[in-house]
Amino acid sequence: MRNTWLIFRREFSAYFATPLASIFIVIFLLLAGLLTFFLGGFLERAQADLVPFFEFHPWLYLFLVPALSMRLWAEERRLGTIELFLTLPVSMVEAVAGKFLAAWAFAGTALALTFPFWLTVNYLGNPDNGVIVASYVASLLMAGAYLAIGSMISAATKNQVIAFVLTTAACFVLTLAGSTFVLDFLSAWAPTTVVEIVAGLGFLPHFQSIQRGVIDLRDIVFFVSVIMIALTANAVIVDWRKAM
Amino acid sequence: MTHALHIEGLTKYFGSRIAVDTVTFTADTGEVLGFLGPNGAGKSTTMKMIVGFLAPTRGTARVLGRDVLQDPLGVKAAVGYLPEGAPAYPDMTPKAFLDFIAGIRGYDGAERRKRVGQVIELTRIEEVAGQPVETLSKGYKRRVGLAQALLHDPQVLILDEPTDGLDPNQKQVVRELIRTMARDKCIVISTHVLEEVDAVCTRAMIIARGRIMADGSPDTLRSQWESDNLDEVFRRVTRNA
Repeated sequence: MRNTWLIFRREFSAYFATPLASIFIVIFLLLAGLLTFFLGGFLERAQADLVPFFEFHPWLYLFLVPALSMRLWAEERRLGTIELFLTLPVSMVEAVAGKFLAAWAFAGTALALTFPFWLTVNYLGNPDNGVIVASYVASLLMAGAYLAIGSMISAATKNQVIAFVLTTAACFVLTLAGSTFVLDFLSAWAPTTVVEIVAGLGFLPHFQSIQRGVIDLRDIVFFVSVIMIALTANAVIVDWRKAM
Repeated sequence: MTHALHIEGLTKYFGSRIAVDTVTFTADTGEVLGFLGPNGAGKSTTMKMIVGFLAPTRGTARVLGRDVLQDPLGVKAAVGYLPEGAPAYPDMTPKAFLDFIAGIRGYDGAERRKRVGQVIELTRIEEVAGQPVETLSKGYKRRVGLAQALLHDPQVLILDEPTDGLDPNQKQVVRELIRTMARDKCIVISTHVLEEVDAVCTRAMIIARGRIMADGSPDTLRSQWESDNLDEVFRRVTRNA
């Protein structure tokens, strides 16, 4: 716990040591706003809810979240600090958790800064605030799942650009997994079992069902499991590279 | 008796290439052991396995009786390690960096401040302690790495090329430091600078192609190979390897 907290603190402040933090937050808020008002027709709909705001989050995260996760392990490997980090008396679980939680907390900070949308919609009408809270939970869980996958991929390379591209690609497939678009593409060459597994992994249905205000335990369990599985794979990859 | 360092048949393959070949030795407190060898001889790989960064293909290393395969965290807590190139997080200041390491090493509050202050003084990095590591010269960066390895006053120190790339004055500072610590520690350094061996080491080990080719005090090596010049010994030992 103690080491996780210390690693968390170091990693979290590392985001703010470079312009990455401010650029990320500004772009995230700007894009979220543009998408909500122009593509989502927030005002034209004349409805007191944040559906047009949240429905673009999966697509926004697709390009922004890999920018947060790509550095987690790849940068340590490129700088050589991985050798220092992994020879400190820190367990693998503490190391992986500290890094992931720092990235997740940063994503959460960016998400929390969208509160003016929530204030606006409350000023303009009487939204169902329960649904909005559920939507925030869904959005945060989705970001966590993307980040865990990104962290895992970052552990496999020392090139941050490769980590970024592969994470975006992986998250794109998983987000759209249940759709005919991805299934048709996969069934052309992948074995049926793979196609079925991917079909069951689709992020979007789980995101949308929480976002509708139905906090179903199964959807929460789904995202938490994705995070846990990706982080376990992350630890295995880091450990496995020691033997190379 | 437990040796400070007990290496047993340590072997590492990278693919089909053998990097370290059944290295076996012990070292005790009071010894400054110099790994000497050409580039790619397996010095760094051996060190990386001792500190638990690389998994050996065969064999193991014990530090103060703790086995690196069975108790990696115990070994990591016991040794101070300076990796090759002295990596440190470039956007942190030495002070913040050492504070982080001290936290991980289990120190808090006043004790943490005291330890950080001590190593900053010991390695003479006071004047740069507040500026980001990425702005530091090679010499200062190396000393920050050294400070990090000394924080918990470890009984076993593994230093991979501690003076590489330093100017003569900086080398002097680091060697002085190693000599003053030598009495109550077991120190292993790697180098390809032969004068370093005479300057600080009580024992030298010539490594080539992953194997120990010669082992003894600098004087023993010289008399064994009938030469008054370590350079000469080194060349003769490694030529046929």
